Amino acid sequence: MARIAGIDLPKNKRGVIGLTYIYGVGTKSSEEILTKAGIDFSKRIQTWTDEEIARIRLVLADYKVEGQLRSEVQLNIKRLMDIGCYRGIRHRRGLPARGQRTRTNSRTRKGRRKTVAGKKKAVKK
Amino acid sequence: MARSLKKGPFISYKLIEKIDALNATNVKKVVKTWSRASMIAPDFVGHTFAVHNGNKFIPVYVSENMVGHKLGEFAPTRTFRGHAGNRKDQKTGKK
Repeated sequence: MARIAGIDLPKNKRGVIGLTYIYGVGTKSSEEILTKAGIDFSKRIQTWTDEEIARIRLVLADYKVEGQLRSEVQLNIKRLMDIGCYRGIRHRRGLPARGQRTRTNSRTRKGRRKTVAGKKKAVKK
Repeated sequence: MARSLKKGPFISYKLIEKIDALNATNVKKVVKTWSRASMIAPDFVGHTFAVHNGNKFIPVYVSENMVGHKLGEFAPTRTFRGHAGNRKDQKTGKK
């Protein structure tokens, strides 16, 4: 069981894929990390030796991952909200901040549809 | 697409002139401007701008965090007053 950055990595996945289970590590940085640590991309996580895991930990120390990264993102959003700029206002209201349409879609930001009562349907004759 | 770094940030020339004059004489005065597209430069910190939103001028006090944003970002052009029938939201569109 390899536990890195407070995350249990999946046992029987390839190293490159497994590392991406860490928040802040994608395919690109995963490849970087393994290259720096000198471990083959395809080596399964369960076959990593303790020494290899230690090397990965060492390399990973230079990356901002998990809690630290999350709090940085939150701080950035908070800054936008505090200065009261357009993007901050959109964050406050839970609407998309990058100019997407909101007439339809944007359900990710707005959450489940809330049906508004009052609009009468045309009566079928 | 991001603006080319070669050009530097866009700041209306007149706006720079005005702020320079204010900084030189060390006075703080509200600067009326229509130039919403101007980037907020470090020199602007501490000044108050009256930024046009298409209808009226919105006072914007520039703090240090705002450097690098544009003036228009702080003067919203739309007022959402809630949907019809949504009683409690109505008239609270302005804050």
